Amino acid sequence: MTGDEALFQFLLRMGDNTLILGHSVSEWCGKAPVLEEDIALANTALDLIGQTQFWLGLAGEVEGQGRSADDLAFLRDAWDFRNLLLVELPNGDFGQTLMRQFLFDAFQSVLLGRLKTSSDTRVAEIAAKASKEVAYHVERSADTVVGLGDGTEESHARMQAALDYLWPYVGEMFRGDDVDAAMVAAGIAPDPASLREEYDALVGNVLTEATLDIPKGTFSHKGGRTGYMHTEHLGHLLTSMQWLQRAYPGASW
Amino acid sequence: MAQAATDQIWDWLDQVPDPEIPVISLVDLGIIRGVEWQGDAVQITVTPTYSGCPATSVINLDIVSALNGHGIENVVLKQQISPPWTTDWLSDKGREKLEEYGIAPPRPAGGPARCPRCKGTDLERLSQFGSTPCKAAWRCRDCLEPFDYFKCI
Repeated sequence: MTGDEALFQFLLRMGDNTLILGHSVSEWCGKAPVLEEDIALANTALDLIGQTQFWLGLAGEVEGQGRSADDLAFLRDAWDFRNLLLVELPNGDFGQTLMRQFLFDAFQSVLLGRLKTSSDTRVAEIAAKASKEVAYHVERSADTVVGLGDGTEESHARMQAALDYLWPYVGEMFRGDDVDAAMVAAGIAPDPASLREEYDALVGNVLTEATLDIPKGTFSHKGGRTGYMHTEHLGHLLTSMQWLQRAYPGASW
Repeated sequence: MAQAATDQIWDWLDQVPDPEIPVISLVDLGIIRGVEWQGDAVQITVTPTYSGCPATSVINLDIVSALNGHGIENVVLKQQISPPWTTDWLSDKGREKLEEYGIAPPRPAGGPARCPRCKGTDLERLSQFGSTPCKAAWRCRDCLEPFDYFKCI
């Protein structure tokens, strides 16, 4: 694997995370429980899709095959996606959506903080831009997790169920492979394992305040960021997200 | 025809309204980062407010059509994301106009100073996100009216 091939894979991981999560979150538009939350979710989704344009745009540039961010988003199939399994899991109820968002926002805020000093200035610039937006995302998702976790009996039970379901997907964030090793060697990105301590501290504080218990088990699903195996949910999501370009190839407006 | 001076072009861009908040101009918003002649083309450097701001493509179109209207045919747009846009770049004129329009201008303290309608100071935040990515929703407890606050970023 050459340096550019590893960088391409790394950029797909960044861009696919924000693309898949952004698309899922956008499905709440017009359906959230209250107007303010509807607007907040739509704005979060917009930020994520905007960040996707930067990450996948750069990925296409690095790949050098003339593929645009749109080509990468709409013309790849499930096995070519490199997102974390966490972000392709279903929206579920509002609590599950917000728990998924918080677990991702916390990771993203820690990671982007490190990427701001990347040796690749293009990566550092995108990270600097995105981290300002993610600071708002994580503040809001953390507040909501606390509000619902430490809320009514019903909301607490739902948030605990969401955490029990989603927690086994957190471990994948920190499992490095040869792509990560190449990024570390080039000074482009940190070793994912080195982010765990800061992540656990941030997430631990919020979940304690939310009166939620982190599941005991250490089992972790994996295979999304390496592309080894996605969940069944990704294909369904792509069917809806990519429908227009597949039905009317090259359509634009 | 002689090339327009860059100062003149800045003035023209200062007359192009932001598509979402038409009381302030693109220059007031601080997203025009450079105006430079390159041969017979003028290059306008633009930075996005938020990565996913849907107004970005409209803004680009408005810049090109405004300058075309002033006789500049060859306009090149350059997107620049570093340094990232900050509300510190909003002009003083822009801040005043925002408040007159009913949008509380951004403050480093992280919240509005007063209600843009009644100037009351007993305020509460309704949501961190508002009608556009750059705004949050607040309410004045004095006049009970909700209003937009331009978020600090």
